[in-house]
Amino acid sequence: MSGELLRLDGVEVRLGGREILSDVSLTIRPGEFTGLIGPNGAGKTTLLRVILGLQPVTSGSVLIEGSPRPPRDSSIGYVPQKLAIDPDMPLRVRDVVSLGVDGNRFGISLPSRARRARVADMLTAVGAEQYADARIGELSGGEQQRVMIAHALISRPRLLLLDEPLANLDISSEQSIVSLLGRLAQSEGVAVLLSAHDMNPLVQVMDRIVYVAGGHVAVGTTDEVVQPEVLTRLYGHHVDVIRVHGRILVVAAEGLDEAAAHAEDVGVAR
Amino acid sequence: MGHLLRYLFEPGFFSSGPVHDALAVGAVVAITSAVVGVFTVTRGQSFAGHSLADIATTGGSGAFLIGVNQFWGFLAFGAGAAAFMEMIGVQRRRGRDVATGVVLGAALGLAALFLYLSTQESSTTGASFTILFGSIFVLTSSTIPALIVSALLALATVVVLARVLLLSSLSPDIAAARGVPVRAVGTAYLMALAISVALSAVIIGAVLSTALLIGPAATALRVAKGPVRAAAVAAGIGVLATWLGIVLAYDSYYWPPAGRGWPVSFFVVTLIVGSYLATYLRPRRQRAVPETLDTEHACSVA
Repeated sequence: MSGELLRLDGVEVRLGGREILSDVSLTIRPGEFTGLIGPNGAGKTTLLRVILGLQPVTSGSVLIEGSPRPPRDSSIGYVPQKLAIDPDMPLRVRDVVSLGVDGNRFGISLPSRARRARVADMLTAVGAEQYADARIGELSGGEQQRVMIAHALISRPRLLLLDEPLANLDISSEQSIVSLLGRLAQSEGVAVLLSAHDMNPLVQVMDRIVYVAGGHVAVGTTDEVVQPEVLTRLYGHHVDVIRVHGRILVVAAEGLDEAAAHAEDVGVAR
Repeated sequence: MGHLLRYLFEPGFFSSGPVHDALAVGAVVAITSAVVGVFTVTRGQSFAGHSLADIATTGGSGAFLIGVNQFWGFLAFGAGAAAFMEMIGVQRRRGRDVATGVVLGAALGLAALFLYLSTQESSTTGASFTILFGSIFVLTSSTIPALIVSALLALATVVVLARVLLLSSLSPDIAAARGVPVRAVGTAYLMALAISVALSAVIIGAVLSTALLIGPAATALRVAKGPVRAAAVAAGIGVLATWLGIVLAYDSYYWPPAGRGWPVSFFVVTLIVGSYLATYLRPRRQRAVPETLDTEHACSVA
């Protein structure tokens, strides 16, 4: 049946002698929702940049549908971690989404009815049609996320990467972004790989989890990966997994200082 | 009506060769600067534009000293400075601070020396004025084609790069991930910026050239939404301010002190600043969107 959309094989990244990622292997199938979970500084952003081709690998391979990703390819959509958008930036929401179509091309684009309709449809799909004519810099964090998701999806990618899209969102925006992504993954048939330091908001929608810690990854379903033995091996010291009120807490058991640090890292203290 | 026009346009305005040249070249330069300026403001590089103008001053005064048309000095030093900025990374705040402290001070110091030497040597007291505050009525006819060609080159560069410039100002990472050569595009754009600074320096002077670059663009960005409309409005403001400035400067020959005439750059800059301030008189459009919480709520319900 369906093959693999993305395959990473033995990826290693060293920066200035420091090992950021080592022996990372994972696959993502079409339409799958994958959470890239791990504490801050674990290498989540680096891993996303490797997949995008922005970060060269020291060894290993990254294949999209069986071959290396060509430049200017629109198979991957990307929503970066944070955008510092000036309120005076002249781009309206519909301009930003329109740049998702052909912002990587030279020359100017002539206005077209078909493009306008396509942009309007995309804005409706992410629930951003009410502020289509507002400037992107005037929007709240959650609204900007919706627009950037529309920007990333309009070129019809098969894989959508999002770097910490839930950071700095209030709880209601967080929930609406997660359910939006879950819905889009199904309706558009796009695979989603989303990084977060707290897995809890994603548990309902995740098909699989890629847990990153100490430069290594563990891949599987949430129940397979978020186990004390698996995470203990990954972190390199003893870790407890506590399930309480439907929430999952990952706590380092040894050494009080360390425990506090890690509890905070994985978003337990929310 | 006829009376009014005769009052606005003093005798001889339409038959004067220098006025024709000034109107034509002024319009081309105003359009180029305004369109380039929209990207300058969008990319947050007004500072780079200002630095290029300071360094171009040195080039223009040096060229004057050795008897070359100042445009070539503005252009050579501006382009050299743009390349240098790209090298040290003008995007980085730290790089900017170092550049401000060291390079710009040194450049203006050299300009002071060159202008002083020019004045001593040829007793053309107008030298400093021409370099610093423009010379639109004394364009050398042999440089006019070069001015027009340079303007078209800068304009073509930003038009060709328009979409990738906007995408990389939104997010350099997204642009790079989609195969845009972000660094090369940035360098090409800085070169277009250097050219338009050199051109504005010829029209309204090196120290005022950023007014023609940033002023119309900043005004347009306050009133027009969308990059294309902003560029069109900016170009309109630039051309109007330049033409009206030329008319007023021509008329001012009959104003006190009699027989002197006021500088064009004074009028152009005043008109541009006036238009910018005028945008503050009209209330800024409010977003026609309910409060954030309501929006989010509506979406999660739907």
